[in-house]
Amino acid sequence: MPYLTRRRFVRVNALLAAGLLATLCGAALIGPVHVDLMRALQRTGGPSPDFVILFDTRLPRVLLGAVVGGALAVAGAALQGLLRNPLADPHILGISGGAALGGIVAIILAGQQPLAAFSAGPVGSFLGALGATFLIYRLALVHGRLQPYTLLLTGVVVNAFAGALIMFINSLADFYQAHGILFWLMGSLATQSYRLVGTITVYALAAAACLLWQARHMNVLSLGEEAALQLGVEVERTRRIIFFTSSLLVGAVVSVSGMIGFVGLIVPHVLRLTLGADHRLLLPASFLAGGMFLVWADTLARTLLGATEIPVGVVTALCGAPFFIYLLTRAAGKAFD
Amino acid sequence: MHDPVLSLHRVSFCYRSVAALDDISLDLRRGEILGIIGPNGSGKSTALRIMSGVLRPQAGSVLWLGRPLAQVRRADLARQLAVVPQDTAIEFPFSVLEVVLMGRAPHLGGFAFEGDRDIAAAQAALRRTATSHLAHRCIHELSGGERQRVTLARALAQEPQVLLLDEPGAFLDIRHAVEIYDLLRDLQAEGMTIATVLHDLNLAALYCDRVALLKAGRLVRLGAPGEVITYATLTEVYETEVYVDTNDITGAVNVLPLSRPYRERLRR
Repeated sequence: MPYLTRRRFVRVNALLAAGLLATLCGAALIGPVHVDLMRALQRTGGPSPDFVILFDTRLPRVLLGAVVGGALAVAGAALQGLLRNPLADPHILGISGGAALGGIVAIILAGQQPLAAFSAGPVGSFLGALGATFLIYRLALVHGRLQPYTLLLTGVVVNAFAGALIMFINSLADFYQAHGILFWLMGSLATQSYRLVGTITVYALAAAACLLWQARHMNVLSLGEEAALQLGVEVERTRRIIFFTSSLLVGAVVSVSGMIGFVGLIVPHVLRLTLGADHRLLLPASFLAGGMFLVWADTLARTLLGATEIPVGVVTALCGAPFFIYLLTRAAGKAFD
Repeated sequence: MHDPVLSLHRVSFCYRSVAALDDISLDLRRGEILGIIGPNGSGKSTALRIMSGVLRPQAGSVLWLGRPLAQVRRADLARQLAVVPQDTAIEFPFSVLEVVLMGRAPHLGGFAFEGDRDIAAAQAALRRTATSHLAHRCIHELSGGERQRVTLARALAQEPQVLLLDEPGAFLDIRHAVEIYDLLRDLQAEGMTIATVLHDLNLAALYCDRVALLKAGRLVRLGAPGEVITYATLTEVYETEVYVDTNDITGAVNVLPLSRPYRERLRR
């Protein structure tokens, strides 16, 4: 793959889009209860149970999984480009943690339940994500350069701090709110309305398009800040756009699905190995492949223990944490070469 | 007569509280090869960064074609001025061709794919720097010298009128170093204006039309290599004894280091 042509861009994305479509159909048909597609589509006197399960429970959940996975993966790819660090991920950097904290504070202040669509949650999550991103960026910038290990350690600290505050707030909340918060924190794509799925899709696609617009600048930024300036990139402006947009993306996603980690780490990394480093292809491919990845992870979460559901965040973390360790040892090996 | 492309007028710059450049005035004239020489930490690279607009001076002015450089849009500047920095790390596994195509960035808008014109420019740049055979390799697999030539190719793909280089020969063996400087001469013949930082005084004497000698952020001498690179000036600026004579073949100045016993003998 010497360089990216329009033809290759279209071909790869079409292939991945087809894969995502197949994933959506396939995953909707898989579940602890068997659904007969023919029976679901037959409309003889009111909707059949098959219809209800397929279209009211599974399909919105699968669609939400695709959007959330896509948004997390594209945010991960963009943050990696922005920070010039392949270990960056919204979860690891503490941006998701900041979003969760912001969301919870907003919900408590507004006296609402989490997961209520169009609550104060999304605004709070966005502000929390923005605050965390800003903090991480400022702290990891040593002498005008982003230090990879400072970056990761800052993420650890932001996560711990946000976690402690969440626990504190949780201990003050009443029983129902506390239960809702815990359920939400573990990361879940359970029963969602089409209206919510629609809203989050619009958000995610708009933000992803905005990031895609910066993709060529992200490529140039990987040559370093100085070289990017000398190649005509307004580095500060580009950074602010990426910074703001990925925070918006993470905030929106966390407010509906809680903390789902490592999607933004695994997906862009694997794609970079197979498709090359060009962000013009990496970003849309991350969106499509991230959607596939999370839908299958959620399908696993729904079905692995039969009727008992595992939080999808647990599944992604169980895959992602070992993967992260692997990347970290490789990066450390390179540093000592 | 001497048409300045870039001019620094009484420029001073400090990093935090450390002065890097102190009241420097210097013109880059159209069509010349200007060498910037001086001991370590004399402000050579800082001068180059000021010239490319990456650093803004705290005092003094920088003019690009008579206009204040700070007022020129970066993308407009990048279509006319390219920089070859010292070795830079590239984070992601781009191919060599992709890296060279990034030189086309200032010529592309928004979310664009490179067209035939851009590919042709990149391939020409690869050919000129003798790196065509590396085009499909990953940038991380290259040696320091190969990476340096690829960085030059990236700058050439910009199709600039002015080229600024920071020690283009630093990682190169003697053959590849002279090949790079021969290429700079060829580019000059085609109308390019060039300023280069270099450590190697012999290469400066051989290839530059004028050299600017810096010491501790100040411009000590500016002029033809034969006038600047002299025994008296070098011993004063570098604070060591060197052997200087004239090359029989090229007529350029030769500078050779001396080991301690010889330096001591000369000092007596």
